[in-house]
Amino acid sequence: MANKYGDVIGVAVLAVAVLLIGLFQVFQPGGATFGDLTGGIVTFSTMVRIGILTIVIVGLNMLMGYAGQISLGQAAFYGMGAYASAVFSTRPELFGLPESLVAMWWWPWVVILAAMGFTGLFAYLVGRPILRLKGHYLAMATLGLGIMVYILFRENFGFRTTETNITGGYDGLFDVPRLAIGGFSLWPVERYYFFVWAIALIVIVLAMNMVKSRPGRALRAIHSSEIAAETMGVDTASFKVQVFVISAVFASLAGSLYAHFQAAVSPAPFSFEGSLDLVVMAAVGGMASVWGAPFGVATILVLEDLLRARLDLIFEGASGEIEVIVFGGLLVLIMIFMPEGVFVGIRNRINAWREERAGAAGDALPEQGAAK
Amino acid sequence: MQKLLQSQTARRIAQIALVTVLVGLTIYFAAQKNYRPVQYVQLALDGLRGGTIYALVALGFVTVFNVTGIINFAQGAFAMLGAMIAVSVNIALADLPGVPRLLLAGLAAVLITTLVGVIMERVTIFPARDAEPLTLIIITVGVFIVLQGIALLIWGTDSYSLDSFTTFETSDHIIRLGGEAEGAIPLIIRSQSFWIWGTAAVLMAGLWFFFERTMIGRALKACSDNRQAAALMGISPERMSMLSFALAAAVGAIGGFVLAPATRPIYDMGLSLGLKGFIAAIIGGLVNPAAAVVGGLMLGVIENLGAGITRAGFKDVIAFLILILMLLFRPQGLFTRQQRVEKV
Repeated sequence: MANKYGDVIGVAVLAVAVLLIGLFQVFQPGGATFGDLTGGIVTFSTMVRIGILTIVIVGLNMLMGYAGQISLGQAAFYGMGAYASAVFSTRPELFGLPESLVAMWWWPWVVILAAMGFTGLFAYLVGRPILRLKGHYLAMATLGLGIMVYILFRENFGFRTTETNITGGYDGLFDVPRLAIGGFSLWPVERYYFFVWAIALIVIVLAMNMVKSRPGRALRAIHSSEIAAETMGVDTASFKVQVFVISAVFASLAGSLYAHFQAAVSPAPFSFEGSLDLVVMAAVGGMASVWGAPFGVATILVLEDLLRARLDLIFEGASGEIEVIVFGGLLVLIMIFMPEGVFVGIRNRINAWREERAGAAGDALPEQGAAK
Repeated sequence: MQKLLQSQTARRIAQIALVTVLVGLTIYFAAQKNYRPVQYVQLALDGLRGGTIYALVALGFVTVFNVTGIINFAQGAFAMLGAMIAVSVNIALADLPGVPRLLLAGLAAVLITTLVGVIMERVTIFPARDAEPLTLIIITVGVFIVLQGIALLIWGTDSYSLDSFTTFETSDHIIRLGGEAEGAIPLIIRSQSFWIWGTAAVLMAGLWFFFERTMIGRALKACSDNRQAAALMGISPERMSMLSFALAAAVGAIGGFVLAPATRPIYDMGLSLGLKGFIAAIIGGLVNPAAAVVGGLMLGVIENLGAGITRAGFKDVIAFLILILMLLFRPQGLFTRQQRVEKV
């Protein structure tokens, strides 16, 4: 019964939490910043990163949870957005565009939209043949695609000369400008935080509506049984490609926001490991849950900060290695015990327990309920 | 239009067009480099060495897939463990003379890695054996991350080295063929290459004997032919699942061990080996061990030639291009005639 408003409540709780954290940072009651609140472990910029990655994970959740299609190369789309923003908003002259565009406040926004369009088109062209594959084959094809895109970034698309240094190779690109609307800069970080989370919430609400609409039901049907869905007249191939494209567009948007947040871009976050991190976040949040996405991302990023800051207390001299092991182990455990994702799994279990209790309470013979 | 695109003829035309473009590109790049024939032979030979390792990793993929229906992402980590453990034992036993030291290193590498494979199957695959393929894929990916993390913890980010198993009584452990004449380029073969090829050949013969001539090997084979029928005949599919992981781990470790002197083993070498091994298995059609071996050799040669005429950093791009083309046009493998019905 709570399910009807469950999603609305979820989004509302999220929005309030976001607002509270943001306001705390802005007004700093008692002179304490958000970072001080957590003992300096979780910084405010982590909160911004959670917002950015939420946008990616919402898309990935739709793809993996609702359509049941795996993507082990999602970081490629994320990277395409990031590199497009970094390259075009700093050096449009590389592609024959007037150099004066750099000074225009609206230019980065145009780049973001163009990057989303291009990434979507790319996903469409690649997705049409690739999504015909199933299971392991699809996993490996997306993985291969992701690694190829990553190598192209890393190897500067095969160009050797410095005049055509598009992606900056291993070092990446620097001095990406901050976003601004007219004369109003979306920086310092507090402003950017509110901006990123506004976008993230819009994406979440959009995704929720998609999931509840006919395409969403069609997607879930594809996940449970593709053959049955097809028999019922669902054009499974076209729906799968659509959701693949949507997830790619979200990832590209998030990539652009990331580039303008870091003010720099390097190939590392868009590697295979980057794609794996995204899958872990999606798995923790619950794959078939839109509002699970921010919780999945937050769990992983906060855990990351926590491990980084406090690990040496548990293991002498340990550092990044343990982090990797913990995340890998976490992924395995989640998949064995809660393949539907931690947050969704817990919610389902609470719901089941509630129904059980409600059933027991309404029963004329209480001992039957007590028996289980 | 839709119909036309999906028709068999259109697919054929697309395939031919693609092949033409690829061949054209190859000739274009090769012409730019202006290599001599012997240099191509050199690239192909070096590729053949790498390809042999891919073939061994691919054998692990095929064994596990046949028995359990799982693509084991952690397969590359087995090869990595084999190499790293061998290197460590070799360092630890520095007092022993060469031959027993090397034997012990190899033995330790294979035994420990096999144990890891068995533990992996018992702890992660067995409890989730009825899960969806998507879940199982992610589980093996998780195991891969854990194994690589443990390797990072033990060995750090340094790369190590292991001496070639034998030398040619030369200082640099290589033989040169030709090149005595003025201006000629010699063909160089490293001594370790012969060890890699020889070990692979012996191993494959051994595997053939195991699958065809021993009771337990035939039980494994029966299980991959028809799980249910095998179970009815008193073969435990669960035991066979464990055995297939043990076998895959052992073969992977042997591959890593013989590869170690030819490369500089490092904790993250497993990812690339695993992915290449998978591509090799796909070229061979994923269910046929012999075809997977041929696939591995082909992949090694093609990617090395491709990287040779373009640039070294593109080696993986070429390999993954092959993977995607294979998956799209010949998911049943290069050597299988009929389209396999199940595409899961």
